[in-house]
Amino acid sequence: MNKFWMMLVHTYGTKLKSKSFIVTTIILVAAIFLMANINKIISYFDGHEVKHIAVLDESNGVIFAPLKTSLAAVDKDIKLEKSGDDETALKKQVSEGKLDGYLVLSLDERQLPKAVYRSESSDSNTADRLKNALQTVKGQMVAGKLQLTSDKLALLNSPVSFEKVPLDRKAQSKEQQGAASALVYVLLIAIYMSVLMYANMIATEVAVEKSSRVMEILISSVSPIKQMFAKILGVGLLGLTQIIIAIAAGVLALQTNSEVLSFIKHFHISSMAASTIGYAIVFFLLGYFLYATLAALLGSLVSRVEDIQQMVLPMTFLVVIGFMVSMYGMNQPDAAFVTVASYIPFFTPMIMFMRYGLLGIPTWEVLVGIAIMIVSIIILAVMGARIYRGGVLMYGTSSSLKNIKTAFLLTKKEPTSERKKNIPF
Amino acid sequence: MSLKLENVTKRFGSLTAVNQLSLEIPSNEIFGFLGANGAGKTTTFRMILGLLDLSNGSILWDGRPINYETSPYIGYLPEERGLYPKLKVKDQVVYLARLRGMDKQNAEKELKKWLDRFQVPQYEMKKVEELSKGNQQKIQFITAVLHKPKLLILDEPFSGLDPVNVELLKEAVLDLKNSGTTIVFSSHRMEHVEELCEHVCIMQKGSPVLSGSLREIKRSFGKKNISIAADFSLDYLKEFPGVLKWKKTSEGALLQVETEEAGQPILESLIGKGFVRKFSIDEPSLNDIFIEKVGLSYE
Repeated sequence: MNKFWMMLVHTYGTKLKSKSFIVTTIILVAAIFLMANINKIISYFDGHEVKHIAVLDESNGVIFAPLKTSLAAVDKDIKLEKSGDDETALKKQVSEGKLDGYLVLSLDERQLPKAVYRSESSDSNTADRLKNALQTVKGQMVAGKLQLTSDKLALLNSPVSFEKVPLDRKAQSKEQQGAASALVYVLLIAIYMSVLMYANMIATEVAVEKSSRVMEILISSVSPIKQMFAKILGVGLLGLTQIIIAIAAGVLALQTNSEVLSFIKHFHISSMAASTIGYAIVFFLLGYFLYATLAALLGSLVSRVEDIQQMVLPMTFLVVIGFMVSMYGMNQPDAAFVTVASYIPFFTPMIMFMRYGLLGIPTWEVLVGIAIMIVSIIILAVMGARIYRGGVLMYGTSSSLKNIKTAFLLTKKEPTSERKKNIPF
Repeated sequence: MSLKLENVTKRFGSLTAVNQLSLEIPSNEIFGFLGANGAGKTTTFRMILGLLDLSNGSILWDGRPINYETSPYIGYLPEERGLYPKLKVKDQVVYLARLRGMDKQNAEKELKKWLDRFQVPQYEMKKVEELSKGNQQKIQFITAVLHKPKLLILDEPFSGLDPVNVELLKEAVLDLKNSGTTIVFSSHRMEHVEELCEHVCIMQKGSPVLSGSLREIKRSFGKKNISIAADFSLDYLKEFPGVLKWKKTSEGALLQVETEEAGQPILESLIGKGFVRKFSIDEPSLNDIFIEKVGLSYE
């Protein structure tokens, strides 16, 4: 086995056995099972709650009966009961918790229903449902006055037919679009989470090796570029393991819950173009490599593990900005600044993919984005390897980005006459 | 298989860390590097190992440059401990040995041998951070020598060890030398260098101030030490011709004289003054030479 594989396996193996990995994976799997059964959990807490509402009918029963029928047709959780008490008595019952609220029904000057609803809590959901039911009653009453038949009324109430058909360069069916935006959403979150998690893991790993000075031994056995990529691939493999576990858990959890499964099927995953899934994988991998290389580079510049958070902060900002722009872009994918941002390599994996998924932009645009990313990764890797080699021998107290220059010059054959800080001895 | 440094120079910006260092370290020998802090010892080691590029000059091992191909033949003990704090001793020593080209079974077998030798077999499955500093240093030493290197570089190997463990390590170093390893080591402790090395190099601010075989250095130094134990006052020797330094000791005095010949008149002057328990003319210690060569020009 050559040294590269040895390091890769070592990185993967030690991380896989680490407590932090096991704990996060367990939490992840638990969260997935929880999410998959969210409807059951909600109905468990929600199911038994029936609202008791007293009604003071001041319209001589004209409204109460139709309202009760109208409400019963859509809602079984609200129980209306006609009350003979006066308002003061009802108020008291509400404050004592015997009633959820009370409704005062009356007729206005045009002989149309009006109502006042009073309750302890600011439960607007119940109020809205009552309002909708009353609206129906009003409609029926007006229809009666105008002598409209019920099918004429239904005709009046039926929604207008309005269809949105994108006349884009590459026409995507409605199902495809729905599926694409779901996939974009999933990928955005996946890139965001994994960059934050795994890139930080790499940076920390490098910083630990450096601060414990084991790096001096490693670097005299294995070249820095091999070390860097062994680490990036090792952690990448670890991430893949975690993602596969998550997907397996998701599939398993969905098997047990047919209700959510049918909801997911609604997205028509099968109708999604194979190219969209392909690009999702390509952008995910490129995004990982870009940020992982950057993280390894940054990790090699700090002397103490405590400084790592400060050092990776700019990287975290890049991820957050990319995430925010793409979240905004999901509503307005053709905005000019979204287009521009999609060519900036640190944002490309999220934003270019989002544009592809939602707009169906021509292939060449996507390929240009991919090319820019590959070039950036190569540049970062070449620079990274040099900075890594210089950086790991630098033990200054400062952890600023100035160190990049110093580290870079340290590996030069003949440095300039300028004086450098953090000279290693 | 000798190690040859020719006009080795390392500059960091305007600072010259190592200047025009030329050395030939004979094979199968222990070579000592001496120097105050910041003299350029560690920088020199890092250049030998290929961790730093040279600004000028060349370093050849057995006529070839040192690179990743030669790494299986080289062992390195860094000045500060370089081990994974959270890994078990066995896991990391075997891993680091494999990176130096050793196979797993062999590495495990050798590790057991070394742990037994250092009387710490119980630490095989312990995490490094759980060990004391001295025991960590033993593990560090094992890491440097497990793959049986031909060239072993030890940067301050005895720091932080108690006298018993220093002896254990010294013995191990001598055994490695006898089995054919070329060893380069640095130390602040003159007595360790004096005891182990045949050749030394004293560095100051990046330049070698003295280099060669220990015996020749001592002989060419010329000055001798005279120690006297007597019941009467030896203060008058302060002004005696040929005496360079005078120091009162608990039993008498310690003198430094210009030449061996200066001893005779001193001995004669003592006669008749009282009871003399001891009079001896000794070789100067390396410590004396070091202080003379480096200490006087301390800033």
